[in-house]
Amino acid sequence: MFESLSDRLESAIHKIKGYGVITEDNISEVLRDVRLALLEADVNYQVVKEFTNSVKEKALGEEVRKSLKPSEMFLKILKDELLSLLGSDKVSIEVNKHPNILMLVGLQGSGKTTTIAKLGNLLRKKYNKRPLFVACDIYRPAAIEQLKTLGKSLNIPVYEEGKKDPNEIVRNALNYAKENNLDYILIDTAGRLHIDDNLMEELEKLNNEFKPDEILLVLDSMIGQDAINVINGFNNKLPLTGTILTKMDGDTKGGVALTARHLTNVPIKFIGTSEKLDGLEEFDPERMVSRILGMGDILTLVEKVENVISEDEAEATYKKMKKGNYDLEDFLKQFKQIKKLGSIESLLKMIPGAKKMGLNNVNIDPKDIARVEAIILSMTKEERKNPAIIKASRKERIAKGSGRTVTDVNRLLKQFEESKKMMKMFSNGNLNLPF
Amino acid sequence: MGFFDKLKKIVNRDKEVFNDNKEKELYDKGFEKTRKELSDKLNNLNRKYSKINSEYFEELEEILIMADIGVSTVMNFMERLVDRAKKEKISNPSDLNELIVDELFIIYVNEEVLSDKIKYNDNGPTVLLFVGVNGVGKTTTIAKLAKREKDLGKKVMLVAGDTFRAGAIEQLSIWADKVGVKVVTGAEGSDPSSVMYTALEEAKKDNYDVVLIDTAGRLQNKVNLMNELDKVNRVIGKLIDGAPQETLLVIDATTGQNGISQAKQFKEITNITGIVLTKLDGTAKGGIVLAIKDEVNIPVKYIGLGEGLDDLKSFDIEKYIYGLFSEML
Repeated sequence: MFESLSDRLESAIHKIKGYGVITEDNISEVLRDVRLALLEADVNYQVVKEFTNSVKEKALGEEVRKSLKPSEMFLKILKDELLSLLGSDKVSIEVNKHPNILMLVGLQGSGKTTTIAKLGNLLRKKYNKRPLFVACDIYRPAAIEQLKTLGKSLNIPVYEEGKKDPNEIVRNALNYAKENNLDYILIDTAGRLHIDDNLMEELEKLNNEFKPDEILLVLDSMIGQDAINVINGFNNKLPLTGTILTKMDGDTKGGVALTARHLTNVPIKFIGTSEKLDGLEEFDPERMVSRILGMGDILTLVEKVENVISEDEAEATYKKMKKGNYDLEDFLKQFKQIKKLGSIESLLKMIPGAKKMGLNNVNIDPKDIARVEAIILSMTKEERKNPAIIKASRKERIAKGSGRTVTDVNRLLKQFEESKKMMKMFSNGNLNLPF
Repeated sequence: MGFFDKLKKIVNRDKEVFNDNKEKELYDKGFEKTRKELSDKLNNLNRKYSKINSEYFEELEEILIMADIGVSTVMNFMERLVDRAKKEKISNPSDLNELIVDELFIIYVNEEVLSDKIKYNDNGPTVLLFVGVNGVGKTTTIAKLAKREKDLGKKVMLVAGDTFRAGAIEQLSIWADKVGVKVVTGAEGSDPSSVMYTALEEAKKDNYDVVLIDTAGRLQNKVNLMNELDKVNRVIGKLIDGAPQETLLVIDATTGQNGISQAKQFKEITNITGIVLTKLDGTAKGGIVLAIKDEVNIPVKYIGLGEGLDDLKSFDIEKYIYGLFSEML
């Protein structure tokens, strides 16, 4: 996401560097680039206009003209203005009512059902909630089936009564939640057009009776200029408390993120970042701006890693690294942890300067990880502890056992040696990172 | 005769583009919101400016961008329009309407003969493969198209190639039941290629006319998923000569500029022969199809105008532009 947006903004900033001084003339040329970049990212036309005007005004202000480093000032202006578009505060989700009621609404295909599952997972993990999914999509064939399958895989209960009046379903679901001591009710609703009066009325009825603590509009981040009609359409009928942008792991530039808050004052609360059930992140405007401007997102990365790797384990590995007895067992363990973190591509993109290092287009086949696993698992415990003993005949045996070739085994051993070397440098503080 | 004159004749009922009143009604109703907004804006523009000037052009550009017609397509379009207006010495906005409609038509048609017909296979089952990103409406579109083909007297089979998304197989099976056609499914999580294999062997053996294949939604930048699609595509080609006869990329009308990237990247993996533009009954204009035609040269074959099984229509650029501009004429 946002990649080519940040590309273009970067080149705009670069241009300013070349000028040394910002003038009315050269800023216009740069702002033309900025404008096209934003329009191509599906940012609302009006918002783009306002944005470029206010950037121009500020860039031509006294302070910038007098500054010795106009490109840095320009970058700061861009950052501040983007932040003010996104709303600089992080708005979190209501978790303190008992029970909490949350309802997801949106157009067909925006990703409501998948998002419900991810939300339930997050509420349980991060807030220790006991969620209940309520199936109120009584129209789409197999929508209830889909929610049930997702609930089963997460071990979260799903309340459904087939195709009944949604208000009745929710009423009974609340009783069910009470009896079973469940404290976060997540209502899945059918996808609908914001101009479909009958179906919008159905949502209003739910809102009137149950007054959900959260009504979140699920928006496909690939949405174009129609976003504003959709958000207003839903917001006029329902007291939306926020939006969730889905499918942000695509190559969409997600301009809707810049539009939604500014034009409607409805905050973005979450973004969907993978097809996996832990692929939902709380939205943080500052981090998003850093990502747009190509400054990486190390905080999200750290948070992700912390969720998966316990501190003790990390400490133990670190000690081993320092002593130099880091072995193939540890190597395998780390591989498995990486697997738990989700797609490596998405992790790499969060590293500041990833683009410059050429890491943004790296593609790693999950099968490669499986192959590494297979090879290491075909070794004896002894071999894993002391890879130096692996000579020709052992290599052949390992290759056969894992269904790979001797070349593959060699490659893996070399990789291991290299990462061992890297780690030594790391722990001695001799590694010069490129950023 | 320019396209504009032709449209005028249609409006004046000199010539019917629609097969019957019911079809016209569906177009009119489906496009109601879309058309009203766009033509209201253009009419306002004409009222606001008595003469064409740079502010006029800027506002026109805004209207087109707001319809999701691609940024570079709009920029080129504006350049040509400004040029033509100058050359043809047009200063009155309402005279410019004619040029606008004409130029939009040119972007799309580009002097080609476009066919919205399915290319049927004369020596065995005709295979239609449906691809696209998540949530665009592939499964629903398949149901609608299955109904059309069945109504034409064809023996139709559906194949549940989305083995990934929870509930996808059930969804297609329910539709198959409703339409009254055969569906071949595999287990959730199984290799889609193996489902294709079973289905196509059966289609050949039992002489099915049309086979419609559903696939899992995939974002076009996911290399692994695109490789999987490549494999599915190859398996189909091995089993039936020349198959898939059509590969249809399903695009949601609310999609913005990302539609261009979708078209480009799916076209790299599969031989996309047409686009199905869904959910046009909302407020979205689906203008991105003009950019896709302009930049990637893929025509639209069908449009979805509602949730009913009969709400899928063949795309006809004349009818589409008629839908957008009929109130201005």
